[in-house]
Amino acid sequence: MSQLDDQVSIRDTLNLKKVLIECQNLTHTYKRGGETLTVLSDLNLTIRQGDFVALMGPSGSGKTTLLNLLGGLDRVSSGVVRIQGVALDQLSESTLADWRAQTVGFIFQFYNLLPMLSALGNVELPLLLTKLNSKERRHRAQTALTIVGLTDRTKHKPSELSGGQQQRVAIARALVADPELLVCDEPTGDLDRDTADEILALLKMLNQQYGKTIVMVTHDPKAAEYASTLLHMDKGVLLSLRT
Amino acid sequence: MFQQMTTVTIMNLAHLGSRVGTCLVVVVGIGGVVAVLLGLLAMSNGFRTALMETAKPDRGLILRNGSNQEMVGWVSNEEFGVISAYAGFAILSPEIYVTINVPKLASGLAADVVGRGVSDSAFDLRKEVVIVEGRKFRPGTGEIIVGSGAVGQYRGLALGDVVMVRNAALVVVGHFTAGGTSVESEIWMDLAVSQDIFRRTGGSSVVRVKLLDATTADAIDAQLRSDPRLTATLVMEEVFFAGMAQARAGLIETFAYLIASIMALGSVVAALNTMYTAVGKRSLEIATLRALGFRPMCIVMSVVIEAMLLALAGALLGAGIVYVAFDGLTAATLNGSGSQTVFAFKLSFEMLVTGCVWALLLGLVGGSLPALRAARLPITQALRGG
Ligand SMILES: Nc1ncnc2c1ncn2[C@@H]1O[C@H](COP(=O)(O)OP(=O)(O)O)[C@@H](O)[C@H]1O
Repeated sequence: MSQLDDQVSIRDTLNLKKVLIECQNLTHTYKRGGETLTVLSDLNLTIRQGDFVALMGPSGSGKTTLLNLLGGLDRVSSGVVRIQGVALDQLSESTLADWRAQTVGFIFQFYNLLPMLSALGNVELPLLLTKLNSKERRHRAQTALTIVGLTDRTKHKPSELSGGQQQRVAIARALVADPELLVCDEPTGDLDRDTADEILALLKMLNQQYGKTIVMVTHDPKAAEYASTLLHMDKGVLLSLRT
Repeated sequence: MFQQMTTVTIMNLAHLGSRVGTCLVVVVGIGGVVAVLLGLLAMSNGFRTALMETAKPDRGLILRNGSNQEMVGWVSNEEFGVISAYAGFAILSPEIYVTINVPKLASGLAADVVGRGVSDSAFDLRKEVVIVEGRKFRPGTGEIIVGSGAVGQYRGLALGDVVMVRNAALVVVGHFTAGGTSVESEIWMDLAVSQDIFRRTGGSSVVRVKLLDATTADAIDAQLRSDPRLTATLVMEEVFFAGMAQARAGLIETFAYLIASIMALGSVVAALNTMYTAVGKRSLEIATLRALGFRPMCIVMSVVIEAMLLALAGALLGAGIVYVAFDGLTAATLNGSGSQTVFAFKLSFEMLVTGCVWALLLGLVGGSLPALRAARLPITQALRGG
C-alpha cells in the first residue's frame, strides 16, 4: 500500500497521472416536442486518475447531463467519451450496465437508497452483481460502512437515519464494488452546512486515501475548497478551469 | 442473474404492503375469474359424475334403432316378445319414459321432471333404488314414488301430495334414493298406469336390460341389429351416459371458458393498471438499480413475477370461494331432453391446476407490458423523476 502511495505521489509531482476520462467534441441534444435542445456543444475535457473535480455553474447549464454521460447512464449525440480507453458509445446496453457496475459509483442528491432494505442491505446491492458469496458480501459491505464512518445503525432502514447518515450509506454503496470513478450529483444539496462539510471531507478522504477519482456537480461554493479541480460550466460550454 | 432477480422481486413484494388497495383489485379480479371458471367446471364435473355413477358395466338399454334417447324410443310388445326370447339377458325391464310438469321449489316455475313407468323388474335391475320414506306404489294404481333429488328441487312432492298429469291425479306414496345417481331426479309409477295416462299402450319407450355376461354386449347388439323382426339396438349404460355426459358437460365447459374469458379481459385491464401504477411509483428505485448495473431483464422478470404471484393469490382466493360455497352443493340443470337432473358440484385437483394456469397467464400478460415500460424508460429521465 505504501509503495503504491509512493508511486501515486511521484506521478503527482511529475504530473504524470494517467488519463482516466477523455471527452472529445462532445455534443448532446435533447428532443423535446418538435425542437432540438442542444445542451452540450463541442465539449472537450480530460480528467486524470485521482482528480477530484467540482463541476459548477447555473442550473440548466448541462452539468447533470455531462455527469450522466461520464457515468455511462446516457449516450452522447456526437463525439466520444473514453474512460480508461474504453469508448462508451461502442458498448452494448448490457455491457454498459456491467461496465457501470465495475467502474462507476453513483452518489445522488437525494441518496436514492432503497427504503425497504437496511443500510447494510443497500450497501450490499452492487455486490449482488459480483460472484461474491453472501458472507463475503456482508463482510465487504461492513467494511465500506466502516470507511464512511457508519459502524452502528447498519441494520436500520433509511427512514430511520438522518440525511447525513443516509448519504454516508449511499457513499458506502458507491464504494463497495471498488470502482475507479465516483460520480456525485449535488451530494450535499439536501444537507445542512455542518453535515455537508462532513460529507465533503469524507469524499476528499476517499479521493486522497483511496485514490478514487471523483466528479461532483455542486452548487456549494465551499465544495470548491475540497476539490482539486474546479470546472465552470455555462450553456453547455466549459468556461474556466482552475487546478 | 438469479440473485439479482430474487432481490429485486423481494424488494417489490416488500412494497405490496403500501399498495394493499390496488393489489386487492388484482387479487379479487383474478379471483373472480378463477371462481367463475372453477364454479362452472365443478358444475360440469358434478354433472358428469352424476351420470356416470348411474352406469353399470352389465346394464344396457334396448332402444329403437337410430335413436339414442329414451324419450323418442319405442319398443312394441311384439318386439319385446322377440327380445325376451334371446339368451343372455338376466333381467328385462320395459319402461315408459315421459316428462311431468312440476313447479320448482325456488322459483315456482314449472319444469319437466323425468317420469318413468316401471314394473318390478326395474327394481330388480336397479338394486341401488331404495325406498327411504313411505312405500312403493301399488301396481295398477295412480300412486307414484319420487327420487330424493327431485323432492329437494320441486314443490308438491311430499308424501300424500297429489300431482295432476293429463287429468290423472297421482298420489305421492314414497320417496327413494338411488345411490346419488341421476335416477334420484325421477318420478316412478306403475308401467301399465303410465301407458294408460300417456297413451302409450302396446309397447314401451325402452327396454332396460341386465346381461348375464357384460362381454356378450357386442354380440347381442349385432344379433338385434340383424334380426328382421326388430329395429332395435343395445346401448350399454356406460356408452349411453358417457355420450350424454359429454354432450351436456361439454356445453357447460364451453360456457365456462367463454364467461371466464370475458371476465379475464376485465381482470387483465385491472392488473395492467395496478402494475403500471406500481412500476410508476418505483421508477426511481428501478432507475437507481439500473444505474448500479442491474440488467433491464432482471427488472422485467421481477415485475412479471410480482404480477404472477398476485394472480396466484387470486387463483387461490377464487378456488377457496368455490370450495367453501359450492363444493358438494347440489343443483339441478336442464338436460338435453328438457327434463332435469340433480347433480353435485365437484371440484377436482385438475380444475385447481386449470384455475392456477389461467391466473398465471393473466398475471403474465398484466405484468409484462408495465415491466417492459419500466425497463425501457431511460435511466436519466427516471432519475430526474419523470
Ligand atoms: N431528458 C430530457 N429531455 C429534455 N430536456 C432535458 C432532459 N434532461 C435535461 N434537459 C434539459 O437540458 C438542460 C440541461 O439540464 P441539466 O443537465 O440538468 O443541467 P444542470 O444539471 O446544469 O442543471 C436543461 O434545460 C434541461 O431542461
